[in-house]
Amino acid sequence: MKEDISKAYSDWEEKVLNKTLAKRPERKESFETSSGMKVKSVYLPQDIEELDYLRDLGFPGAPPFTRGVQPTMYRGRLWTMRQYAGFGTAEESNKRYRYLISQGQTGLSVAFDLPTQTGYDSDHPLACGEVGKVGVAIDSLSDMETLFSGIDLSKVSTSMTINAPAFILLAMYLAVAEARGVSPEVLAGTIQNDILKEYVARGTYIFPPVPSMRLITDTFGFCMERMPRWNAISISGYHIREAGSTAAQELAFTLANGTAYIRAALEAGIDIEKLAGRISFFFNAHNNFFEEIAKFRAARRMWTRIMVEQFGVSTPRALKLRFHTQTAGCTLTAQQPENNVVRVTLQALAAVLGGTQSLHTNSKDEALCLPGEEAVRLALRTQQIIAHESGVADTIDPLAGSFFIESLTSSLEEIAGSYIGEIEKLGGVAKAIESGYIQNQIHRSAYAQQKEMESGEKVIVGVNRFADAETAGCPLTRVDPQTEKAQVKRLCDVRKRRDSKGAEAALDEIERCASTDGNLMDPVLRAVKAYCTVGEICDRLRNVFGTYTPPAIL
Amino acid sequence: MAKAKILIAKPGLDGHDRGAMIIAHALRDAGFEVIYTGIRQTPEQIVAAAVEEDVDIIGLSCLSGAHLELFGRVTELLRQKDLADTAVVGGGIIPEEDIPRLREMGIKKVFTPGASTTEIVTYFNNLLGEN
Repeated sequence: MKEDISKAYSDWEEKVLNKTLAKRPERKESFETSSGMKVKSVYLPQDIEELDYLRDLGFPGAPPFTRGVQPTMYRGRLWTMRQYAGFGTAEESNKRYRYLISQGQTGLSVAFDLPTQTGYDSDHPLACGEVGKVGVAIDSLSDMETLFSGIDLSKVSTSMTINAPAFILLAMYLAVAEARGVSPEVLAGTIQNDILKEYVARGTYIFPPVPSMRLITDTFGFCMERMPRWNAISISGYHIREAGSTAAQELAFTLANGTAYIRAALEAGIDIEKLAGRISFFFNAHNNFFEEIAKFRAARRMWTRIMVEQFGVSTPRALKLRFHTQTAGCTLTAQQPENNVVRVTLQALAAVLGGTQSLHTNSKDEALCLPGEEAVRLALRTQQIIAHESGVADTIDPLAGSFFIESLTSSLEEIAGSYIGEIEKLGGVAKAIESGYIQNQIHRSAYAQQKEMESGEKVIVGVNRFADAETAGCPLTRVDPQTEKAQVKRLCDVRKRRDSKGAEAALDEIERCASTDGNLMDPVLRAVKAYCTVGEICDRLRNVFGTYTPPAIL
Repeated sequence: MAKAKILIAKPGLDGHDRGAMIIAHALRDAGFEVIYTGIRQTPEQIVAAAVEEDVDIIGLSCLSGAHLELFGRVTELLRQKDLADTAVVGGGIIPEEDIPRLREMGIKKVFTPGASTTEIVTYFNNLLGEN
């Protein structure tokens, strides 16, 4: 049978293909994916000869989970539609969340401003100009109470894009819930809590790697004990890709970071069989449609293999790579912004065909400004159309068995595996970050893509091809310039109103605990309830832990 | 002739430096001496680096929307130090409607999304030719 196909293929190549090529060559000399994989003109059964169905694919909801993490996937329940949102004050963001819920969104995703993400209060000199700009400003529990006002925390699941100070925002969320009589056991959601990718791609680090990892394992321990429905980390490839990596690098660096967290947890004496089920991932959905679908499938298979082979994990739930996806912000263009709707649709479709658990679709205006309400609604509608009208959610992993998809999935596993091997050779992720290896790899890919775009080899519709002389602008959404002043006033009021002695004592306790190996979560929980601020708590920890200085890359 | 010196800087708390690093790399490939500050620099740190390195041009990158406050602060500090003749160029996610105000603050040119490295290198060459 195989020989028959090979022979027939050679015949076809000689008699049909080569004749056509002689008359009319192909559009390009070579076709490649983002990861530099050569794409053949046609894929055949022999391209997946090595694939063993039961070993490499299996069934949905069963190891190695290549076909999906749930036995019923979207036939049982659709993915969670979760639009990342937040800007200005807690009050404004709360309004946007309530709007999104009223439009059928099924989960919340909180964007914090840069001062909050880097552990500074809104009145810090470094916060100047940044308050409320890329997300909501949260200084104290008082802001958090406003942010979730009128939203039932026992019903909604909330994802918070917060990393270095994740433990503080988690404590605030708990305190809000507790005050409303909602117990920690029922709270569902995720803190991003992924510091390693901050060092290489996203930049909102505070402390050096060792104490940062300790803060993360402290949250692991706390969540496992008291918040059984909470994802203690969302290991993110998204930002690595946005910073310029290829699909294979995104996959490799994310999974390598995943193993670093598992190792840290083991060292902290945490039961990884239990923890692994509370770990989630976050990937990018970029332009190369089939490569992206293959990436999601390869990610699941690789993680299962890593957990079994390296860590000897056997609990099925702990072997599942569950992930959130966001469409690629870096592919959005400021020129002809309407085109972005089409890009987002294709990227979202790739995420769904790749079996994502939740999805954020970008808004068409995001290369220009913060997304406006109308643009956000259209982005959400895009997901709803894919879910309810296209029929793609009706069967599980519909592209399985495609010669091309299976071949890409296996190739990506191989390429990503060799990057992971490089990192191991360097002594693990921490060493690879210290030496600048990961940052350099990402930068090199970003630079190569820029060159391809400028040479016209890589076409960006509306930018380097089919460009208009005049581009009609979108209406711009801007943060009210009074936000910073208003937020600083709120902060001063909180400081005046609170019991200052109690607040001071809570901060002292944090500093004391930080110098021991005790879990910091309880002292932090007491401090946020005493209305200590994000900046104050981080300052006390800076006293003990110091701050991170990145290596020079360029 | 000594190579022209350029400081590429990221003011504020924004960690997105894919663009800044690409520009720094392209300028270096074009023969400039380039110093990249890394992310999360205050305007004070940036101006101090510009003085210490005696640079010809400062390129500022900001994607967080804080460009009006931060770029303005850099040019203000330069004026205070009698360095107003050091050319300052900006780039990032900057709405067209902000460009006139940035120019008033002393930002010579603003590059927005979609600008090519070739265009930027040419501009820097012309700018140095003028001086």
